[in-house]
Amino acid sequence: MTTIAEKPTAGGTSDRVRELREAKDDSVSRAEGWRRRGPLLPALIFMIVVTQIPFLFTLYYSTQSWNLVRPGSREFVGLQNYADVFQDSQFREVAVNTVILIVGTVLISVVLGLLLALLLDRAFLGRGIVRTLLITPFLVTPVAGALLWKTTMFDPVFGIVNFVLSPFGVGQVDWVSKFPLASVMVSLVWQWTPFMMLLILAGLQSMPRDILEAARVDGAKPFAMFRELTLPHLRRFIELGAVLGAIYLINTFDAIYMMTQGGPGTASANLPFYIYQRAFLGFDIGQAAAMGVIVVIATIVVATLALRLIFKSFSGNEEAA
Amino acid sequence: MSTETAAAPVESAPAAPETKRARKHRKFSPWSVVAWIVALGFFFPVAWMVLTAFKQEGDAYTTPPKLFFTPTLDQFKAVLDSGIGTALLNSAFATAMSTIVVLVLGVPAAFALSLRPVRKTKDALFFFISTKMLPIVAAIIPLYVIVNDIGLLDNIWALIILYTAMNLPIAVWMMRSFFLEVPGELLEAASMDGASLWTSVREVILPLVSPGIAATALICVIFSWNEFFFAVNLTAVQAQTIPVFLVGFITGEGLYWARLSAAATLAALPVILAGWVAQNKLVRGLSFGAIK
Repeated sequence: MTTIAEKPTAGGTSDRVRELREAKDDSVSRAEGWRRRGPLLPALIFMIVVTQIPFLFTLYYSTQSWNLVRPGSREFVGLQNYADVFQDSQFREVAVNTVILIVGTVLISVVLGLLLALLLDRAFLGRGIVRTLLITPFLVTPVAGALLWKTTMFDPVFGIVNFVLSPFGVGQVDWVSKFPLASVMVSLVWQWTPFMMLLILAGLQSMPRDILEAARVDGAKPFAMFRELTLPHLRRFIELGAVLGAIYLINTFDAIYMMTQGGPGTASANLPFYIYQRAFLGFDIGQAAAMGVIVVIATIVVATLALRLIFKSFSGNEEAA
Repeated sequence: MSTETAAAPVESAPAAPETKRARKHRKFSPWSVVAWIVALGFFFPVAWMVLTAFKQEGDAYTTPPKLFFTPTLDQFKAVLDSGIGTALLNSAFATAMSTIVVLVLGVPAAFALSLRPVRKTKDALFFFISTKMLPIVAAIIPLYVIVNDIGLLDNIWALIILYTAMNLPIAVWMMRSFFLEVPGELLEAASMDGASLWTSVREVILPLVSPGIAATALICVIFSWNEFFFAVNLTAVQAQTIPVFLVGFITGEGLYWARLSAAATLAALPVILAGWVAQNKLVRGLSFGAIK
């Protein structure tokens, strides 16, 4: 069922071992090594050049006092930019917003995705159509999606949300300006729930049915079965969904740019948006670069754990294969 | 609800001879209705956007919202006149070119990391995926400076290079998972028949993984088409892509909902259609091939 990292397909293992051994015995193993490496190198070199060089520049810029509005102001200031960033209370608020946005969106969309996946893990009339309808929000161009939520859904006067809620005594609430971060989160949850649903559904469909059957014969109650069997089986799928969701959501920019412009103030700005503001609207290259480096370091800490999860979670557990 | 769904397959399991089709019609549960309602709820904003695109502006702003109206193509005409064509072409070109480059670079790399693994395969895989973990924003300033210095600002090729870098790690992981499914016996048989490496790649492996290549390409298309951050920072007029056009359209036209909806519909439709076609493979691509 699962294929990842170091878990080759059953039939392939012996082949590959033999191939590798042959290569080693071969007197021209060096040439063979290059022949094997050859196909990998273009992609590897491309990625190193395009992704690592800019980051080295970011490191360098972060040591410069460099504001494009003041020409000739550029000079080496050591770690001054970092000190300034840590004293910037807005930066701290924005960092908190970023965490709230990622954790909140991931949690809500995982829970909704789990419920939807359970609904869809049965044969019923039009299941294919239901799934197709459900994944559509994930496909909508995020800029268009955010625009859609800001105007037709959340508009205080003509918005659908207020129209639907009006029987419950909700007046003309201006959702986006009153609850900017929550509004952004709603549109993100709308986009990401389908992704979680697809992932967890894949997990549900890999459940070994005979184990469930055995449990039922043993007289297990449905809810107990869900808690004792289904949920543990789904765990790694849920983990993977959370990790991947976080990876994609750390770069959230479109929704904030379109819906709130980070405002009011910095109430709904996240780190990508704040750095963008500093760099492209405030022209403060040095500060923005320092923030970028801090974000990268923070992400590396989290990502190291996440990567370990991706590598391990799908190679260790074989019971579903 | 969970109990119901967990139990459902079990109940039907003893009736093994029953065909899938028969079971589909036999089962009726209120949860199916719930599923339909929730799905329609999730789909509703998109449906409403498309509906609004066919309205006159007056019909777009009403309380209560108008469900029935005389459809018109005026908004689409207005949007097409306002230069969305160039943006659509730019997006199509950037998407197509970067997808091609991703496949040209990514398929051989995935091959090297799966069927004929190189030393340090794990390190290489780790490197590829680690680039997806880093926030793009940390690199945007130097990227802007570099792109400006080499004269590619507002040039579609800058986006093509960056979209390639954005999608290549996903493609390598995803393609690798497809390559790993090629049965070893087939390769063995081919080599015993005296097939050269190139022949067995061409005759045995490629036909088997071509659906996987297609799925990978579609994932790259979806991500490139929808990308906004690079596009808004590195393009202006000449090379603006469809999401950037949408933003400019809003600032230029004010809030004409019907017209905006028409533009948004044109922007979103190609990828929605592509995604519907590829939905079976979508989850695998989006999870970097970790799940099939």
